[in-house]
Amino acid sequence: MFDGLLLLPVGLDWAHASQGWLWLALVASGLYHGVNPGMGWPLAVSAGLMDKSPRALFRALWALAAGHLLATLLVLLPFALLLVLAEWQRSIQLGASLLLIGFGVYRLVERRHPRALARIPPTQLALWSFAVAIAHGAALMLVPIYLGLCQAFELDAGHEAAGALMKASLGMAVLVSLVHVAAMVSAGGCLAWLVYRHLGLRFVSRSWFNLDVIWSTSLILVGVVALGFNLASWH
Amino acid sequence: MTMRPDPTFHASPKLAMEAAAENFAYTLLLSPDFSKPDALAVIDVKPGSPTYSQIVHTVTMPNKGDEFHHFGWNACSSALSPLTGHAFIERRYLIIPGLRSSRIYIIDTKPDPTKAKIHKIIEPEEVFKKTGYSRPHTIHCGPDGVYVSTLGGGGKDGTNGPPGVFIVDCETFEVLGRWEIDRGPQTLHYDFWWNLPRDYMVTSEWALPPQFENGIVAEDLLANKYGHRLHFWDLRARRNVQTIDLGANHQMALEVRPAHDPVREYGFVGVVVDTTNLEASIWTWWREGGKFHAEKTATIPPEPAPKEKLPPLLQGFGAVPPLVTDIDLSMDDRFLYVSCWGTGEMRQYDVSDPRKPKLAGSVHIGGIARRTPHPNGKAFAAGPQMVEISRDGRRVYWTNSLYSTWDDQFYPDGVPGVEVMANVGRNGGLELDKNYFVSFPDGYRAHQIRLEGGDCSTDSFCYPSA
Repeated sequence: MFDGLLLLPVGLDWAHASQGWLWLALVASGLYHGVNPGMGWPLAVSAGLMDKSPRALFRALWALAAGHLLATLLVLLPFALLLVLAEWQRSIQLGASLLLIGFGVYRLVERRHPRALARIPPTQLALWSFAVAIAHGAALMLVPIYLGLCQAFELDAGHEAAGALMKASLGMAVLVSLVHVAAMVSAGGCLAWLVYRHLGLRFVSRSWFNLDVIWSTSLILVGVVALGFNLASWH
Repeated sequence: MTMRPDPTFHASPKLAMEAAAENFAYTLLLSPDFSKPDALAVIDVKPGSPTYSQIVHTVTMPNKGDEFHHFGWNACSSALSPLTGHAFIERRYLIIPGLRSSRIYIIDTKPDPTKAKIHKIIEPEEVFKKTGYSRPHTIHCGPDGVYVSTLGGGGKDGTNGPPGVFIVDCETFEVLGRWEIDRGPQTLHYDFWWNLPRDYMVTSEWALPPQFENGIVAEDLLANKYGHRLHFWDLRARRNVQTIDLGANHQMALEVRPAHDPVREYGFVGVVVDTTNLEASIWTWWREGGKFHAEKTATIPPEPAPKEKLPPLLQGFGAVPPLVTDIDLSMDDRFLYVSCWGTGEMRQYDVSDPRKPKLAGSVHIGGIARRTPHPNGKAFAAGPQMVEISRDGRRVYWTNSLYSTWDDQFYPDGVPGVEVMANVGRNGGLELDKNYFVSFPDGYRAHQIRLEGGDCSTDSFCYPSA
């Protein structure tokens, strides 16, 4: 839930949103994904303990980060390309918000997790992280923030050449993904290290809360907030 | 769905050992002549309780002829698998397959074990239709569902196609389908278990249904036609990656017990009988350099006995084979318990060095020729069979029935159901507890035991103890 609250300021003035708030929301989403055990920090603990080496823990973290980064880029990429169609800007924002709400509702109704995830071997952590980020809509959650940032930087103004515009929007997609994943890996990494070195394995089961409903609600909330400010900015 | 993981889920074997001791033991009861429905007995094992060592509740099934054998939980510590990431199920339902009927009962143990009741029945037709397998046997709770091994394939006698493993949803109890994608040379089945983070499964071989349902087929045994191989599988790829033949004379490779600590890539399997000398054996298997290996690491000799003390089946041999029919490994992977159902002995091996088991303790009770009574003076028919160890490793429980028709061949005088318990010394050693002796109702035999909150043949772990 705290994720949604942190994101609320995102659109206080969506059209000319303060960049600061948007960046803050981006970092917050990264921290949120990082502490969620479903995004993989316990895997880093397990890797460190299984190999009896902190190096294995960090190797696992890198793999998790790489997978999450790839998933984020893959989801932001089509939006980055679409932004070239400047006159469609509002439809894109609207579509992104509705997509997020729709996905959140779907996750809320369909609580089962895709069985295909259970086929990924523990040696392929990057693939696992990628698949999990896609399946749970982790990357999708960033789209409204990304679009907001593009708008704040007036990347959608339409008075620039299409080529330059695309370069700028792609650059922003890479930057947004990197900032998000850096925040995610810092939060998850800190937690993994704390459990590995200080807190002990008891913390794994003690700290584990069922985030399913909260996660789906966060998706819907981000979508609704974005939608609200999309609509508000039209008037 | 719960908000927190079940408190009986533990990240490592060490944490499981430190948890509170069991208060109840669930035991399967079977009616060997199928005259009564099989049942689940709930036994009070809380020391000091006024009903200690007594049956405090019985769930009687609505059908006859199921032949209960092994059973297991819908969920256990494996739910904390970091790859699955959704530990919000309860250790709540016991899954009891009927080995003869292929019917599966789901028993709800909440809100209280003494009020356990039937939650759902999976009819045999659903198992046949969705899996092509029959005669469900071992149950293991996996991170992505309940795994069920079977002893039979399709058709009336279960010989139409090989037996294998199928998966059941751990919440809806819907049969999801076969597990194997590539079974390689595997054609027989018995037990299975795994190492989750190292991603492999090990399966063993007993026999096809015509070789056990109407009793042991002596000609098949002497012709070495029972199972004698171990299969190693890529767990997530569901492929058989290696098969090790223990040698045709090592008949019936049954219980597979991998080390609980997932950094330890080894385990054990018990072989019932060597047809060249009636010896039973313990084998250690391990993975090294990406390959699996197995070697015989302990043997138990037969005991000579006069003909008049032997059932007709054994009279020609003049000896009692030990018949190792169950083994179980303590949670700290230190002691391996070995049931010698023929000679009437429970052995405790120190397996700190897994390839050099050392006999650390032993108690005699029952036995074909010895017929040792319980220290409380009561008779103990047959011998130690299904064995279960408390999570803390301090108490070892066992029952005395192997399988309806086989009981009658080895113990023709009858096998009234009994459950006993032995206390384990800090550094090994076994002593039967005089105060723990459960006699079951007339006409019932007792098979596998499951302990409240998990036990040493239920929970598997994704994090090491260290």
